[in-house]
Amino acid sequence: MRNIWTLARMTYREALRRRIVLTALALGLCFLVVFSIGFHFIYGEFYISQDRTIYRIIRTEATNSLLLAGLYAVSFLSLAMGVLLGVDTLAGEIASGAIQTIASKPVRRAEIVLGKWLGFAVLLALYSMLMSGGTALSVFIQSGYVAPNLLVGIALIYLESLLMMTVSLAFSSAIPALAAGGMVFGLYGLAFIGGWIEQIGALLENRTAVKIGIVTSLIVPSEAVWRRAAFEMQSPLVGGLGVSPFGGASVPSAAMILYTIVYLVMALGVAIHSFQKRDI
Amino acid sequence: MAVPAIVTDKLNKTYGERAVVKGLTLQVEQGEVFGFLGPNGAGKTTSVKMLLGLTAPTSGSALLLGRPIGDLATRARIGFLPEHFRFQEWLTAREFLELHGELLGMESRNLRLRRDKLLEQLGLADFANAQLRTFSKGMLQRIGLAQALLNRPALVFLDEPTSGLDPVGRLLVRDIIHELREQGTCVFINSHLLSEIEATCDRTAFISHGEVVRVLDMASLDRGLSHVTLRAAGLTPEIAAGLAEWAENVSVDGDEAALIVHNEDCLPEITKYLVARQVRVYAITPKSVSLEEIFIETVGKDAGL
Repeated sequence: MRNIWTLARMTYREALRRRIVLTALALGLCFLVVFSIGFHFIYGEFYISQDRTIYRIIRTEATNSLLLAGLYAVSFLSLAMGVLLGVDTLAGEIASGAIQTIASKPVRRAEIVLGKWLGFAVLLALYSMLMSGGTALSVFIQSGYVAPNLLVGIALIYLESLLMMTVSLAFSSAIPALAAGGMVFGLYGLAFIGGWIEQIGALLENRTAVKIGIVTSLIVPSEAVWRRAAFEMQSPLVGGLGVSPFGGASVPSAAMILYTIVYLVMALGVAIHSFQKRDI
Repeated sequence: MAVPAIVTDKLNKTYGERAVVKGLTLQVEQGEVFGFLGPNGAGKTTSVKMLLGLTAPTSGSALLLGRPIGDLATRARIGFLPEHFRFQEWLTAREFLELHGELLGMESRNLRLRRDKLLEQLGLADFANAQLRTFSKGMLQRIGLAQALLNRPALVFLDEPTSGLDPVGRLLVRDIIHELREQGTCVFINSHLLSEIEATCDRTAFISHGEVVRVLDMASLDRGLSHVTLRAAGLTPEIAAGLAEWAENVSVDGDEAALIVHNEDCLPEITKYLVARQVRVYAITPKSVSLEEIFIETVGKDAGL
């Protein structure tokens, strides 16, 4: 346990020193600024006739949609951050040989993987908090709007980034960093398109299309987690209508979230196992 | 009697069809400075990585300080300087040593003392707070050595410790090895540099194409390990076979014979032996051999290709 903690601290420090955190922070702030300015002008459009109930409803719906659009971008940035962190760490240190002094110490291979995972998990939590929290806060400050189940939604966005980081780590323990990155983004693309096929299929009531979506979600549940997050945070009206650009038509079940957690744990197990078997 | 520092029994490593290490069987005693000498690609690094548990042997077994390879408690008593000196370059020298000390399970006060002492000893005290990315190769070698010596190990592996270094760096390694020997630490040095091995080792194994082809007691070089040519009439195969008492690799070609002796002091004995058997000795010419000659002779000129 002590070793895991030592390695987690090292990993955290690595991210700080290699300016990964700084870059992410700077770009994250840019994102928040652009989003806030955009939100400011769009929201202003709805201020003219605020006394009428119908306008208030429309304004709330527009606010919700904008917030979800912002969070959709955030969820992609977070998972990309997770992939970038996870993909190079083991593969890179194996390639350079830097892992050798660590792995020849009285440390289990599993502790090395878990230490790195924990360090990245903390970093991603901070990143998620800043980005998702910042986006929601910006909306709240400008409009007083709080999305339903906001914390559940933010937690799910975090889960999505954690999932992709873990999958990256698993690939990184077996194949070179660039190949691992290619694999993970390829899988993400598969889940992404599968998710949209499922959405559109559900609207058109095409069950085959929906099934294709579900199967891709089982291969990589990243997009499904996002759609569940969007479902949690969507306004009751959109939920009632069942139409939303962010996935109200076919909602991943709670079982899919459970599946994601199991998937994540299994990916971590694969990462540990293949790193244990690896000649370094 | 202390357990040997290293005992290996038929360690093998194959990658697909290619055997990188073949039947490595060795015994290295505690306190010994042992050279592992071979051309590039002979399987030296793979052998060390197997002993350290970094690479799994395809077959065979080994004991380090009496415990099977991979034993965590034993690893706390081992130091390792990997080749190429690639480390966590975003850490400062001080943090780097702290990280490795913590992983070794060192108590924090002891760790701080060792850290500062080694930084001082290796001339890095002024760079303690500099990140390793700013270090030259020579400085990386030094911090790598400090890392390998943190825990006052009983057994230290140095993989090509001087490769690519200037003479100052080489001298430093040599001094440290001498110091370790005085402290009774066993040092296992992988090298393709003969001068390095000659200057530091007690015994040396020659490795070629994954196999140990010879183990040489380095003291025999000082005592006068020689190639002897003998010109004599009446040298029968039986008499030549009797020379094995003093010499090895005896070969006879007509009136000439070639043999290797480990000590020139045995030459009068050999002469006496021959004369007693009515062999007429015309010339007995010793030629002392260098490690380089032994290396080429054992490993072959085409090795390392």
